[in-house]
Amino acid sequence: MALAFDEFGRPFIILREQDQKTRLRGIDAQKANIAAGKAVARILRSSLGPKGMDKMLQGPDGDVTITNDGATILEQMDVDNQIAKLMVELSRSQDYEIGDGTTGVVVMAGALLEQAERQLDRGIHPIRIAEGYEMASRVAVEHLERISQKFEFDVNNYEPLVQTCMTTLSSKIVNRCKRRLAEIAVKAVLAVADLERRDVNLDLIKVEGKVGGNLEDTELIYGILVDKDMSHPQMPKQIEDAHIAILTCPFEPPKPKTKHKVDIDTVQKFETLRKQEQQYFDEMVQKCKDVGATLVICQWGFDDEANHLLMHRNLPAVRWVGGVELELIAIATGGRIVPRFQELTPEKLGKAGMVREKSFGTTKERMLYIEHCANSKAVTIFIRGGNKMMIEETKRSIHDALCVARNLIRNKSIVYGGGAAEIACSLAVDAAADKYPGVEQYAIRAFAEALDSVPMALAENSGLQPIETLSAVKSQQLKENIPFYGIDCNDVGTNDMREQNVFETLIGKQQQILLATQVVKMILKIDDVISNSEY
Amino acid sequence: MPIDKIFKDDASEEKGERARMASFIGAMAVADLVKSTLGPKGMDKILQSTGRGHSVTVTNDGATILKSLHIDNPAAKVLVDISKVQDDEVGDGTTSVVVLAGELLREAEKLVTSKIHPMTIIAGYRMAAECARDALLKRVIDNKENAEKFRSDLMKIAMTTLCSKILSQDKEHFAEMAVDAVLRLKGSTNLEAIQIIKKPGGSLRDSFLDEGFILDKKIGIGQPKRIENAKILVANTAMDTDKVKIYGARVRVDSMTKVAEIEGAEKEKMKDKVNKILAHGINCFVNRQLIYNFPEELFADAGVLAIEHADFEGIERLGLVTGGEIASTFDNPESVKLGHCKLIEEIMIGEDKLIHFSGVEMGQACSIVLRGASHHVLDEAERSLHDALCVLSQTVNDSRVLLGGGWPEMVMAKEVDELARKTAGKKSHAIEAFSRALVAIPTTIADNAGLDSAELVAQLRAEHHTEGCNAGIDVISGAVGDMEERGIYEAFKVKQAVLLSATEAAEMILRVDEIITCAPRRREDRM
Repeated sequence: MALAFDEFGRPFIILREQDQKTRLRGIDAQKANIAAGKAVARILRSSLGPKGMDKMLQGPDGDVTITNDGATILEQMDVDNQIAKLMVELSRSQDYEIGDGTTGVVVMAGALLEQAERQLDRGIHPIRIAEGYEMASRVAVEHLERISQKFEFDVNNYEPLVQTCMTTLSSKIVNRCKRRLAEIAVKAVLAVADLERRDVNLDLIKVEGKVGGNLEDTELIYGILVDKDMSHPQMPKQIEDAHIAILTCPFEPPKPKTKHKVDIDTVQKFETLRKQEQQYFDEMVQKCKDVGATLVICQWGFDDEANHLLMHRNLPAVRWVGGVELELIAIATGGRIVPRFQELTPEKLGKAGMVREKSFGTTKERMLYIEHCANSKAVTIFIRGGNKMMIEETKRSIHDALCVARNLIRNKSIVYGGGAAEIACSLAVDAAADKYPGVEQYAIRAFAEALDSVPMALAENSGLQPIETLSAVKSQQLKENIPFYGIDCNDVGTNDMREQNVFETLIGKQQQILLATQVVKMILKIDDVISNSEY
Repeated sequence: MPIDKIFKDDASEEKGERARMASFIGAMAVADLVKSTLGPKGMDKILQSTGRGHSVTVTNDGATILKSLHIDNPAAKVLVDISKVQDDEVGDGTTSVVVLAGELLREAEKLVTSKIHPMTIIAGYRMAAECARDALLKRVIDNKENAEKFRSDLMKIAMTTLCSKILSQDKEHFAEMAVDAVLRLKGSTNLEAIQIIKKPGGSLRDSFLDEGFILDKKIGIGQPKRIENAKILVANTAMDTDKVKIYGARVRVDSMTKVAEIEGAEKEKMKDKVNKILAHGINCFVNRQLIYNFPEELFADAGVLAIEHADFEGIERLGLVTGGEIASTFDNPESVKLGHCKLIEEIMIGEDKLIHFSGVEMGQACSIVLRGASHHVLDEAERSLHDALCVLSQTVNDSRVLLGGGWPEMVMAKEVDELARKTAGKKSHAIEAFSRALVAIPTTIADNAGLDSAELVAQLRAEHHTEGCNAGIDVISGAVGDMEERGIYEAFKVKQAVLLSATEAAEMILRVDEIITCAPRRREDRM
């Protein structure tokens, strides 16, 4: 073990307390790591594709999540193994970067690991495998570029975008009304997109959910939705042409930050203090009124007296609005967030065409709609659904769809889904393998084989014969030299993904391959695992 | 090669068939639990809380039962959740939705064991649910135009809802009350405006609807017990010493006289406030917060009725009823809107004195006083009435109604069956299963009533073979009868919600092929 001897033959210890640590070295370490990575991939494998199954996750507090979003499953799985954590990270980075394909990337990495294990058994050095993978991934990414297609859309013709979003949504539980949700997602993204700069700020899209109603009631609101109601029950419930004062100061007497005391020792002082207090409230409300505000949105609470004064002066107000929402409101209405009453000016007010309160169901649930904003760049997707889990899952699905739409606006290239791109890459990589003279050739072939595993999993999940289907599609692609043939998951009757309208974004696919390769390389390079044993 | 554990120590993972079985069993267990409460002859459950006092609830409201259960099975939690949502959204049908979801899963289990893929079952269920909904839509009755007929529809719905509850003995009485109360709301679904006051004593029959408003408070001592043509100021203000709100203020004195002076000033301030309030020309003052003895005395002197500590909803409702605004400052009396009512008096219900506001300006709010033998009865009565009110208020907005007594299920089952015959492929098995699950509801209703369900349901099915049949199970006479004649109606919105949420929940559970349970969060050891 980690025991070395100095020139006098005395042992000295490199690892402290080594008997309390477990250590795996060399090929054993790699194999153990591969096994762990594969185990994670195996969990996700059955969630891939439109017919993929869901996972039910019970959190540490007994809360239940049902999802088939790879990133969410892994995040909530609460894994303990280091390598498994790497896989979780992998899926998360795909989520951050692309937003979709989080399951696919893990399945891909798992397949690569599985192939690597086989190569290790042959005695190929892990570094050579890693290098081979690297080369292969480059070939695959280039090939993807080659087979990708530009696809045209603009603000008026967004049908292609909707089709792509539908591909994403069809693997989720919401596929019952995927058309509707896809349209909502695309409209939302187009509303906030900067088509000149080809950029989309997803922060401007707020996704709100409320339990109750049907999925079909989900709607896109060109404005902001706030889960709050008016501070006083008798304030008007609907304001047209609202001028909104957005405040971050409470309607309360000032609280100077420096420590201070006000000593009252005479009756006069008591009286003046009392007068002053009343004046404070009056001034505050008056200032809002003076600048022409017709609605006050405040981050903090109101004193009862102030509340009544507001109501009395016919100035509706909303209190305890969260910081993020406040910012969104400010962006949408073109107002400024005002931290002090003294700084209120008419220019700083936000403007909205319509603000209304709407109530739901039998319980006292009310929400505030702020619509027809001056700057219509902020939108809200309001999700309704049968239960909380459904809403959470819909939120995740919508998020994926939004990301896909965004990616398409950034980069218009697409590849065909349903495993078509993977099969095409696999063929290209396989063909390229023979050109490399070294040991890497084997690794590159292994990579090609690993690429096949994604369509294989798709076929398996759809209840088709995996090997039969895959080989049929592969030969079809090779024979006709068209990279559009994929797995017919929905049993439509054709393998042509162009007809089925199954697209994926080019960058999403490229990112999947690159990320998976990177992680696998990282895992392969580990040859020594030292961990604190718990016993 | 050791495959290291991926999960933390206490976490568990169940896969494939086992996961599916676990969720099926959990969900069906929950459904079976509430199954016996379904229908007019459904039984009640006693729930004993583990909290202090081991308080007991007797109920047959599905949502209430499920809410009180501690459930560990994640699939069962899904069912509890849908029942809760059903309660929030439409108020009734909380048991039906769970039973239907349970039946759907039971049928699905059979299909899964005969090697049909869950995804195929889901596809079939979806088609079936769509078809069932269309079948209902075809048969709805809408009497929105005809006010008289609409009212009688509402009455029938209310009676149908109530007949499965503890109130079934006096269902006409209560249905009348509920319909009146809801119609006063004029289309708003804000049930807050209907106040339910529970007073033990008397019998359920003595319950009544009061057009005015009843506040469960006492009138201050020495104040008038009866005011005619009352002008009411509804307020939310501190009526204690009214402390200085400026941060960091404190009183520091160096002699007793100064203390006395400041006390005097404080009193003066209070008096000022009272005077300002009196300047509104009122003879009744209702405050949400406490009124201390001193101001109360001042009010009594002025002959003003002062009511303290009315709870928040009470005050909001009072504002709604009397048309006054809820005031917190009193500097400009001329612009504050006062509330009005014809008569305020103290009334006795049982042994308690209550304040009764009658002849109010705005007729939206009203109070229902429930009387009954014990707290348990009253609690259950309140829940039942709440269900009825919810359903009615939803029906006012969506006036489509259906017949009851298992009629809608049979109509749906028939259509779904037809669809199954037309559909090719494995899906048709699932569609057929859906129809069987629908029939399970009338079967359960009959079973719970102690009737021969097999016989009755077969009869019903035969009756439904003819077009435009109105047959359903009449539990009272124990036979198949015309539901329209017996006046058993249900709201379309409730049925639709039951159908859709149950399908959604079943689908959700069916899609699961793996359950991962995280290690429970460790509590910090408190020594």
